Amino acid sequence: MSASVLYDAPGPKAAVRNRIYAVAGSLAILALIGVSLMRLSDKGHLAPEMWDIFNYAGIRQNIADAVLATLKAFGLAAVGSLILGVLLAVGRLSDHKPVRWTATTFIELFRSIPLLITIYAIWVGFLTDYSMWALALGLSVYNGCVQAEVLRAGINSVPKGQSEAAYALGMSKTQVMVSVLIPQAVRAMLPTIISQLVVTLKDTSLGFIILYPELLQTARLIASNTQVNSQYPYVSTIAVIGTIYVAMCLLLSALATWIEKRGRRAKTGIAVAAAAETPGILPVGSLAAPRAEDGPADGTDANGADGAGGGNDANGGVSKTD
Amino acid sequence: MNVLLDNFPEYRDGFIGTVSITAISSVIALVLGVAIAGFRVSPVPPLRYFGTAWVTLLRNTPLTLLFLIFFFVVPEILFPGMSPFLLGSLALGFYTSSFVCEAVRSGINTVPLGQAEAARSIGMTFAQTLRIVVLPQATRSVIPPLSSIFIALTKNSAIAGAFSVTELFGWQKLMSDRGYEIMPVFIWVALGYLVVTFAISGLFRLLERRMEVAR
Repeated sequence: MSASVLYDAPGPKAAVRNRIYAVAGSLAILALIGVSLMRLSDKGHLAPEMWDIFNYAGIRQNIADAVLATLKAFGLAAVGSLILGVLLAVGRLSDHKPVRWTATTFIELFRSIPLLITIYAIWVGFLTDYSMWALALGLSVYNGCVQAEVLRAGINSVPKGQSEAAYALGMSKTQVMVSVLIPQAVRAMLPTIISQLVVTLKDTSLGFIILYPELLQTARLIASNTQVNSQYPYVSTIAVIGTIYVAMCLLLSALATWIEKRGRRAKTGIAVAAAAETPGILPVGSLAAPRAEDGPADGTDANGADGAGGGNDANGGVSKTD
Repeated sequence: MNVLLDNFPEYRDGFIGTVSITAISSVIALVLGVAIAGFRVSPVPPLRYFGTAWVTLLRNTPLTLLFLIFFFVVPEILFPGMSPFLLGSLALGFYTSSFVCEAVRSGINTVPLGQAEAARSIGMTFAQTLRIVVLPQATRSVIPPLSSIFIALTKNSAIAGAFSVTELFGWQKLMSDRGYEIMPVFIWVALGYLVVTFAISGLFRLLERRMEVAR
């Protein structure tokens, strides 16, 4: 339901009323911001000297190092969580009971414990001197479990005909998983995987608590080691470093949204099945041709209906959300 | 075992702290989230923009950063000397409100079109349509995502412990400072959180079943 269903096109009276609400609302928001800024400037937080500290090369270097440290922890955690995610997802779908149970227990356990508790325990218990590795390991474990669940959902959403066809071709279980199921699952789940990566990036801020010198820890260090006008410049440092952080997260989120939109556009063409034209006896070479196109290959039977249903759903989602 | 028995009063305080900060910030998140979801579908453009900006900004802010803002910037704006508990629950509540808002908004989207059209055609205003017709029906589809949002909130409340709020992570820190072995401490704290999260998911399952009967 788009928002416009909830109200009629405004008539003259309603238009006036809406305009009054609009002005009043904007004024209220502006007033809130204005009062906050005034209070801050009364306490001297908006004084030029407070912001001048970012002109010093040392502090700039500190911030650059911090961005690098955050990205390093994020990179390690992203790679670790994706690898662990694939392993756990495959383990959870395994035919062997012990493997399945181990993976399930691991996922359920670490997914339901707060990430901070895990990171802190790893830091204090094992990697006291390596806070970066403690952070990366904790993030990998927690986000790996989440990615595993995402991937498992993706693998389960691949039409059954795909794995059946692969088995019919004589592929082994590993081959079916690696070359048929996982690629399709990753493609379907890419937006979710990336938004989980945004969460991972946000969670690197937990390094603050185990004293890893990432962005926020650096902000605290800068603010508590510099004194301007006999005050600590917490407000200006948090504003600057917070902006950097939020900008990084927004960038990654934008990537996720872009990929999601692209994926939606690509999906629309699946419903048409070209199967009717194929001659009775297929030359060996042409077997590969429909497979390359994914969708139309099994468009004749139940899967065609599945695909169409999925397409409708996706379209319905589009029209609803927009 | 010893860790828990020797320090049971602190553990109990920590557990109660976790439960109460979760409860209070859930209420804040719920009220703010529903209000902002209303803003986001309202006929007044500035309110819509405000809602969108709120959600986009808060969803892309690390919670630790929000805690820093609430502990170092907000007291300067309002008045100094606010209790860490209050600041912590406000930060958590604000952060979670953006997720609640998205859940409520997609819940509004699941209500059949005809309902809002019927409400409009009998002359209801926007606020009436939302309050009397759409939101009550949206509740049903909002409950499952809300459950996972509140479980995430419980887990996020651990960060408050690092900002000197009495709760379970604070206990873990205290115990490791006192030199106890970390693994038993970790297990007890994890158990404490598991109890809270299981209680929440049980509560929501109950609620879901109640709502289902109503249909």
